[in-house]
Amino acid sequence: MKRLFQGAAVAAAIALASFSAQAQTPPNVLIVGQIAEPKSLDPHAVTATNDFRILVNLYDGLVRYKDGTLEVEPSLAETWTISDDGKTYTFKLREGVKFHDGSDFNAEAVKFNFDRMLKEDHPFHDTGPFPLAFNFSAVEAVNVIDENTVEFKLKEPFAPFLSNLAYPTGLIISPAAVEEYGKDFGRHPSGTGAFKFTEWQSNQLVAAERNENYWDGAPSLEAVVFRPITDSNTRVAEMLAGGIDIMVEVPPDNLASFKSDSNFKVAEQAGPHVWFGILNTKEGPFADKRVRQAANFAVNKETLVNDVLQGTATVAAGPIPPAFNWVNSSVEPYPYDPERAKQLLAEAGVEDPKLTFYVTEGGSGMLNPVTMGAAIQADLEAAGFAVTIESYEWNTFLGRVNEGLESKADMAEMAWMTNDPDTLPYLTLRTEALPANGGFNSGYYSNPELDQLLERARRSTDQSERAELYAQVQEIVHDDAPWLFVANWKQNAVTTAAVEGFELEPSFLLNLKDVSK
Amino acid sequence: MSAYILKRLLSIIPVLFGLSIIVFLVMSMIPGDPAIAILGSYATPENVERINRDLGLDKPLVQQYFIWIGNVVQGDFGRSFALNRPVLDEVLERFRATLILAGVALVLCSVMGLIAGVISAVRQFGWADKAITFVVLAGISMPSFWLGLILILLFAVRWRLLPASGMYAIYGGGDLKDLLLHLILPASTLAVVAAGVIARLTRAAMLEVLRQDFVRTARAKGLPERQVIYRHAFRAALVGVIPVIGIQAGFVLGGAVYIETVFQWPGIGAMLVKAISTRDILLVQGGVLIVASSHVLFNLAADVVQTMLDPRIRA
Repeated sequence: MKRLFQGAAVAAAIALASFSAQAQTPPNVLIVGQIAEPKSLDPHAVTATNDFRILVNLYDGLVRYKDGTLEVEPSLAETWTISDDGKTYTFKLREGVKFHDGSDFNAEAVKFNFDRMLKEDHPFHDTGPFPLAFNFSAVEAVNVIDENTVEFKLKEPFAPFLSNLAYPTGLIISPAAVEEYGKDFGRHPSGTGAFKFTEWQSNQLVAAERNENYWDGAPSLEAVVFRPITDSNTRVAEMLAGGIDIMVEVPPDNLASFKSDSNFKVAEQAGPHVWFGILNTKEGPFADKRVRQAANFAVNKETLVNDVLQGTATVAAGPIPPAFNWVNSSVEPYPYDPERAKQLLAEAGVEDPKLTFYVTEGGSGMLNPVTMGAAIQADLEAAGFAVTIESYEWNTFLGRVNEGLESKADMAEMAWMTNDPDTLPYLTLRTEALPANGGFNSGYYSNPELDQLLERARRSTDQSERAELYAQVQEIVHDDAPWLFVANWKQNAVTTAAVEGFELEPSFLLNLKDVSK
Repeated sequence: MSAYILKRLLSIIPVLFGLSIIVFLVMSMIPGDPAIAILGSYATPENVERINRDLGLDKPLVQQYFIWIGNVVQGDFGRSFALNRPVLDEVLERFRATLILAGVALVLCSVMGLIAGVISAVRQFGWADKAITFVVLAGISMPSFWLGLILILLFAVRWRLLPASGMYAIYGGGDLKDLLLHLILPASTLAVVAAGVIARLTRAAMLEVLRQDFVRTARAKGLPERQVIYRHAFRAALVGVIPVIGIQAGFVLGGAVYIETVFQWPGIGAMLVKAISTRDILLVQGGVLIVASSHVLFNLAADVVQTMLDPRIRA
């Protein structure tokens, strides 16, 4: 028996030693560690940033975000004009572009894309559902003017339209491929992008190769491979072991060690993300503006972003994140001032205000909700609030919060990522956006002045006027404090030292065209 | 024998039927629905209604169930909302991966457990027994996901001997050698806990058997000790251990959930967890049915093996 063990041990040692060249990624092929398996590679059928990170490399939209900004620039459309009433957008399309399947990109293809999403009687509408189609709900009709000119008629002026077109929901897919694969198009994607889809092995990888004929210049990488690695510890281990070249969403705990290791490069970029507490302005202590402001003074946001989130976020000042740098807002976050908070509570005449605080256990963009919830609770209690936390699993949480906080809670955690400063306040802070009307104003905040500003800002087609209007929005909401303003997330990624030309975008998308290794 | 197996197989059908009703009810009772899971923070009542209509979830529950069961009988398990592909494709692919992992782990843990158990029984209270008991206790007490991470850090990160995660290499892999390399760490991790249980039971069973009359007779006949232990005692002890291995098979399948997550093994456990959190009811149904059937089949197989080893049971 002893001899058997010794034999086995020696055999195992030899076997291990003979495979010493583990985990080398192949040259000129970039392997990306993703956080999950994509749901689909049909850009109109998905909602997750995780999926968008793949899709922007396979497809192009009519317009795209300029590098390092959230401003739009031409992509498949070379130029466009907007009518004076802001209701007609006419796009001149790039000529000679072909989809990966060989079919032509033209005005008919653009019309097909939007009709499929928006028209219930379209022959391929059943290849959905298309959860973010409401981004284009302002579109009344898409008309083909000629082979390379397409016109969008809007029901009413809608300034975020271009920005929504640059968002992944506006990526253009090949009609021929949809006709061929139907509901399975999401597994047989065909676009015009810098990389051409090659294979999808479920739960293991999605691979794409260089598009030699890319209209914007072929990428230098031969291929990219996206690997889903759901457990963040495993993702870190795989990065350290050399099995992947890039990993996104590095846990804050590991970021410091990657930063101090010269084998790796860390990229960080603030995104259009806001983490906040919805306050119930209809009833209870937060019906009084002074109590809401008191809560904002009472919570030490610096500690939250520096200690709990370990520097992976910055302190939020209002509903419009600084990533929209074209909005000229000078509003500063509420400072941490517990004395001021107590004073405001005294002025409001409330003693030991009791709060029920909804906390979620995790969810898209929620960062570290349980610890953050506990830290917020502690700070509020120090200032004189009595806070009871109720925590819920994410889907349950969304169900409870989205129907409104009335008679349930005084405060709820929430986070949003958007692509235009219009989206978040328009959907969550307007009087019209109460849950009863199908909106997300779960805290029942209402300010007619803000309502008017938001309507004006979304109808204006003058970017500098919009910048001015959103600065006012930021100021009013900051002062009225319908939320506890907490954090703006900085996304991060780690690459091996060999990876060149990699940058994170404020849009949270992952553009790999200019990357080499 | 074959009539017995057939009877046992037929008895699976009502079990699966009942199970599918329970899963359907439980999934519809937990709060949140697939549309909310798909839409996330964009889940307005209006959007939710639109998605539910597209997915056919606006129909009454009973009707949904009968539509589903009607399709299943014809071999159509429906489409996963969250993965946008046929449930059957996903479930079979995932189950294959789990079977490979759990199968190898089961063989590993049975071999390790039986050998360790026999040695510690034969050398009762000797140093080998003490060492094995210590290792077994450590193995049973260790959380498997923690052990998995430690193994990854040592073998993949520090020594770079084995791949950290996945089932096949991204490039140039796909053959049997590649698969085995990727299997070593997760299968060993999974086997450690189950091996402990088998070792302890084997030890107890062996100790009992070694004290019985037929063993004394065998020794009195002058048979070599090796033959006494392996031909007579071990075989008798095995009858008691086999059903435990059958139960461990179920444990290994269940325990695979953590291991699959840690090692990013594309198995059915990790799939089910994800499917439940996205309220992907058809995928949950498909996954549960196949896992449940395999449990029943494993136990049946254990019973059959036991019967073959011990003719007394057949009566």
